This record gives sequence, C-alpha cells and structure tokens, in this order.
Amino acid sequence: MSVFRSLVFTSVLVGLIVGTAVTLAQFLGTTPLILAAEVFETGGAADGHSHAAGAAEEGHDHGNTAAAATQADDHHHDADAWAPADGFERNAYTFVANVLTAIGFALVLNGLMQISGTESDWRRGLIWGLCGFVAFMLAPGFGLHPELPGTPAAPLFERQVWWIGTAASTAAGLALLFFQRRPWAAALAIVLIALPHVIGAPVPPEGEQALAPEAMSHRFVVVATLTSLLFWSLLGALSGHFRRRFEA
Amino acid sequence: MSATTITSSASSSVSRFAPALLSVFFGLFIVGFVGFSPMEVVHNAAHDARHANAFPCH
Repeated sequence: MSVFRSLVFTSVLVGLIVGTAVTLAQFLGTTPLILAAEVFETGGAADGHSHAAGAAEEGHDHGNTAAAATQADDHHHDADAWAPADGFERNAYTFVANVLTAIGFALVLNGLMQISGTESDWRRGLIWGLCGFVAFMLAPGFGLHPELPGTPAAPLFERQVWWIGTAASTAAGLALLFFQRRPWAAALAIVLIALPHVIGAPVPPEGEQALAPEAMSHRFVVVATLTSLLFWSLLGALSGHFRRRFEA
Repeated sequence: MSATTITSSASSSVSRFAPALLSVFFGLFIVGFVGFSPMEVVHNAAHDARHANAFPCH
C-alpha cells in the first residue's frame, strides 16, 4: 500500500471509531449541559435550541438585561440560516462533525508520526495522542476554557487566532522537547509553551455575565476536558496500533 | 554509483515525507472546516461538537 493510502486508511478507520465513542460520551456528558444552557440563553423560551426556527421570531434575543443586550452584538446568529432540528437530527450532525474532526486530527497525528520516523505501536501512539490533548485541549483551554452557549466572550476571530496560535506554539514546544536533546531546545520549548499565556487569551468585554449558573459552566469544563482526554488517548493508541498494520 | 545512491535515498525520503506532509495538511483542512468555518450552516451543524471540543464558538 502506498504511504498516503495507508495513512488515509488508518485515519478514516480510527476516525470512525473515535468519533462514535466520543459522540456517545458527549451524548451522556456535554450535550445535556449544552441543551440546559440554551434554555437560559433563550431566556427560558421553551424549545431548546436557540439556533432553530423557534428563535427566529425573537431574533436570538437574550432577554432584556443590559448585559445580555450588549452581548447580542457579538453573539448574533443569522436567524434564517439552516440548523438541524433538535433530537435525532441534531445528534446525527454532531456525530458527523465528531467523525470528521477525529479523521482530521488522525491524519495530522499519523502524518507527524510518519515524518518523525518513530516505530508505531499503541503505546507510542498513546503518548502522541496525549501530546495532542495537551496541545489542542489543555493549552488552549487554559486561556479559553470550553464554553457553554451564552457565555460572554471576546470577538470570535480574536479567539480563533489565539486558539490556533496557542495550539501551534505548544505543539512546537513539545516537538522540541521530544526530538531535540539539547538544553537550549528545552529552554526554547518552555518559552514556546508559556508564551501564549504570557500574551494572554482575549478576554470577554467587562460587565457581562454568563447566562448559565457558574456550577453548570464548571461542570461543562470538567466533562468536556475528560471527553477530550478520551478522544485523544483513543485517537493516539488506535492510530499507533493500526498504522503499523497498514504499513507498506 | 554514489550519485545513484544519493538520488535513491533522496527519493525514498521524499516518498516518505511528501505523503506524510500531505496527510498533515489534509487533516488540518478538515479540522479547520469543521471547527473554524465561519459559514453559519456549517457552524450550526457542528455546533455541539464545537462546544464540546472547545473550539472557539459563536
């Protein structure tokens, strides 16, 4: 099998398994919290998903508190845009999104493992996966923790830039730590890992309050982080295991 | 003789790196599309997954 085909084959297989497992974990863990938070977001206006047609009449209104009114600017959705209906359809799209995300990250992980030339087995894969967890969840989540709908936040684009920058910088730091055995490399690695947090994540505008209770937000951070730990450990271990089997 | 060896080792490293790099970029493209697309429809479809994976949302 050609190298590219074996990478794609491994990644699609791994993505299907991990996407399924994570969707189940989300179905039990994060999704109920998101749905509960959306009730606060729509000001208790019944039918759950704020992006659905039901929200169209009220133009995604967050209620009439001043804080919510300013937030609406940043948080506005095009009310006419299509969104999956709550229930089965919505969960089905979540499943597709999770499988695609898992395939995407598996392609990245397997490609990098291939470039590094390390032997491939489930344990080495697991270590790679845990590094992915650090680079793509812990580090960005340290500054921008997983958010429930209705949580005040800085403009989306700024957060996306900081998120991507943090993931890239942390990944580069980890690569230096693992593949360069010189002291300068270790020092540079620490700087790269610390730098995004010295710069600081974009902060939400002052005076805005989360719509969901604090305890619920905290629970969401914990559950989302644990789900991500499951995602990355499975992704890494399975990639390491299958890539060896499909190797040319 | 030595030129042949160099060429063949260079081409084998290209044949190892090029597909691997392609795989990395292809993967980043997919993750970018699902997690970072500004398109409203893509956002709505992937909404719960985005929140749970801690991609910046809204």
